[in-house]
Amino acid sequence: MMNAPLRRRASAFSRFAAMFVKEFIQLKRDRVTFATMIIVPLMQLLLFGFAINTNPRHLPTAILLQEDSDIGRAIIGALKNTSYFDITRIASTRAEFDGWIKSGDILFGIEIPANFARAVRRGDNPSLLVVADASDPVAAGTALGSLDGIIGTALRGLHGLPDNSGAQPFTIVQQRRYNPAAVTSLNIVPGLLGTILTMTMLIFTSLSVTRELERGTMESLLSMPIDPLQIMLGKITPYIVVGFVQAAIILLAGVTIFAVPIDGSLALLIGVTILFVTATLSVGYTFSTIARNQLQAIQMSMMFFLPNILLSGFMFPFAGMPGWAQVIGQMLPLTHYLRTVRGIMLKGASASDLTTEIIWVAVLTVVVMSIAVTRFRRTLD
Amino acid sequence: MESQNDREIAIRVEGLTKSFGDKVVVRNLSMTVKRGQIYGFLGPNGSGKTTTIRMLCGLLTPDSGQGTCLGYDILTEADRIKERVGYMTQRFSLYQDLSIRENLEFVARIYGLENPTQAARDAIERLGLKGRENQLASDLSGGWKQRLSLGACILPSPDLLLLDEPTAGVDPKARRDFWNEIHALAAEGLTVLVSTHYMDEAERCHEIAYLAYGELLTHGTVAEVIGRSGLETWTVTGPEPHDLALELESTPGVDMVAPFGTSLHVSGRDHPALDQALKGFKARKDLTWERSEPSLEDVFIDLMQRSRDNFVEAKP
Ligand SMILES: Nc1ncnc2c1ncn2[C@@H]1O[C@H](COP(=O)(O)OP(=O)(O)OP(=O)(O)O)[C@@H](O)[C@H]1O
Ligand SMILES: [Mg+2]
Repeated sequence: MMNAPLRRRASAFSRFAAMFVKEFIQLKRDRVTFATMIIVPLMQLLLFGFAINTNPRHLPTAILLQEDSDIGRAIIGALKNTSYFDITRIASTRAEFDGWIKSGDILFGIEIPANFARAVRRGDNPSLLVVADASDPVAAGTALGSLDGIIGTALRGLHGLPDNSGAQPFTIVQQRRYNPAAVTSLNIVPGLLGTILTMTMLIFTSLSVTRELERGTMESLLSMPIDPLQIMLGKITPYIVVGFVQAAIILLAGVTIFAVPIDGSLALLIGVTILFVTATLSVGYTFSTIARNQLQAIQMSMMFFLPNILLSGFMFPFAGMPGWAQVIGQMLPLTHYLRTVRGIMLKGASASDLTTEIIWVAVLTVVVMSIAVTRFRRTLD
Repeated sequence: MESQNDREIAIRVEGLTKSFGDKVVVRNLSMTVKRGQIYGFLGPNGSGKTTTIRMLCGLLTPDSGQGTCLGYDILTEADRIKERVGYMTQRFSLYQDLSIRENLEFVARIYGLENPTQAARDAIERLGLKGRENQLASDLSGGWKQRLSLGACILPSPDLLLLDEPTAGVDPKARRDFWNEIHALAAEGLTVLVSTHYMDEAERCHEIAYLAYGELLTHGTVAEVIGRSGLETWTVTGPEPHDLALELESTPGVDMVAPFGTSLHVSGRDHPALDQALKGFKARKDLTWERSEPSLEDVFIDLMQRSRDNFVEAKP
């Protein structure tokens, strides 16, 4: 008390600010992390960009002709005239082209059933079976999408067709193999946005507390008047900015390379992205408060990352998963974020359409943050 | 009465005990440190100095015992204690990847100083670090790191400094400057608890406490500690001091022989027994004997030996 009077204005905010500024400087100075931040999303996107053939041509196709008719020949002729399909084989049985699809010799099998021509002329609207190897979903999707038009054009010149202009006189029955969810590039970009953010955000914060422990700086930090909430917020906030930059890079590339639309509000998309980034950062931070060292923290992140890939609806359609898997999926912020982003980007959904999902992410964030704050070890015991 | 006591006492703890696993690291430790005092904490490696200091500022929870630090309960009011205490850790624990200025600004913000930038600038000037404020802490030499740590501790003007071996590995000149600074701070009313292995530093403390094997063996002013030791000490000079030391050590009645430059300090607790033991040696013409005061080091080595004997005996 004989000390000079303190000019203190100790506020929760100044402590948060101390932590924030410190973390930001450290982040800026850590070149490797900084590079990872920018390079990882770009690399992922480019890899996908090259791997996914967005403009597929010359896809090997087999035809199974169960009858010989003018309509059948016209269809084959039309297919040959497009650059999409290369008719490489003619099958004589279903089993044959099933085998080729399995072995990857062909990507498409088109079956013109017996009595197809007659049924078309009678107006029976017969089925034309198309089996597609959808493991390359974009290729399959684009080609399948074009099939209807190609065949329609082929039939136009033929006589004796029922005159119901507009509707096709037959139905194309699609059988997608190996990727029933029919994930397309449109689905992949929102999915990538979510998974890349999950991975990078997790790794950044899952190291933040263990790093202080391992470097010995925790001892000083804990001896100072700062509480776990301020530490957490100060450590998370700089990475929200990082997550935002990453999201912007991915979206920009998605829009320019993959021509993914953003039908809904960009502001809403930014808002939910920030919320989701915060949620994921909190999860990583929570691991960091539980782990004893950086290796453990990374392992926890990886263990968390796996169900995110499998159960969030990124890889398999959510509705098709067993009940227990759906329950786990509901607990993952990515699940809700994916729905939100797909909604906004592809369907032009508005905030009111997405209230439930947004609330889910917000509630998960609060729950996870509370766990982190209570789990944070305030002593060195 | 109570409140007046509180004002004069910076630290008062009773019966502090701490174990890690089944190893008792601090045992039933009680101590009182008055305000404005420089209190030295001595003891061999692993004696529990760091552990005790950590319990005082709420970094470790004692298994049992209680006490106050600056009038706040160490068990329940750690948050209040942290506001008023500067803790300098044994190992450098500021941010290596932050510059001197950034580290100080960080501390200033945490303690809510009004103008962190200005506070850091003032501290840099006071510490004589001007011109290198943008150097990363990791690039500093050991001595400068210690200065930075001390600077960070006193930046928020605490009432109590807990310094854990602040001068380990620091050159003599820097050590002297450091101690002058600590004395200046104490003169302003700051209380300082400082652990050290250096005897000359112990002698610069107002009071000292000596720990071994987690037990506080003695405390008081240097004179009190020496007086209370009950040691009688003789200084002997002669040829072949090494052989002489071995010879003396094996003589019953001699409790301790310590080399001191070219001479030896020979001490014993039982004065008649020591006289008896030394009789033969004193008759030797080649040796010069002189009665002397035991040094602090003699006292500590003796305390440590005795406590080790007890410690070993106590074990089954
Ligand atoms: N977190 C811990 N877990 C287990 N054992 C510990 C822990 N911290 C300290 N110890 C043990 O407690 C004992 C006392 O340690 P402490 O650091 O308090 O000693 P010290 O007097 O500061 O020693 P030094 O002079 O070497 O700094 C040592 O044997 C040490 O190994
Ligand atoms: Mg120590």
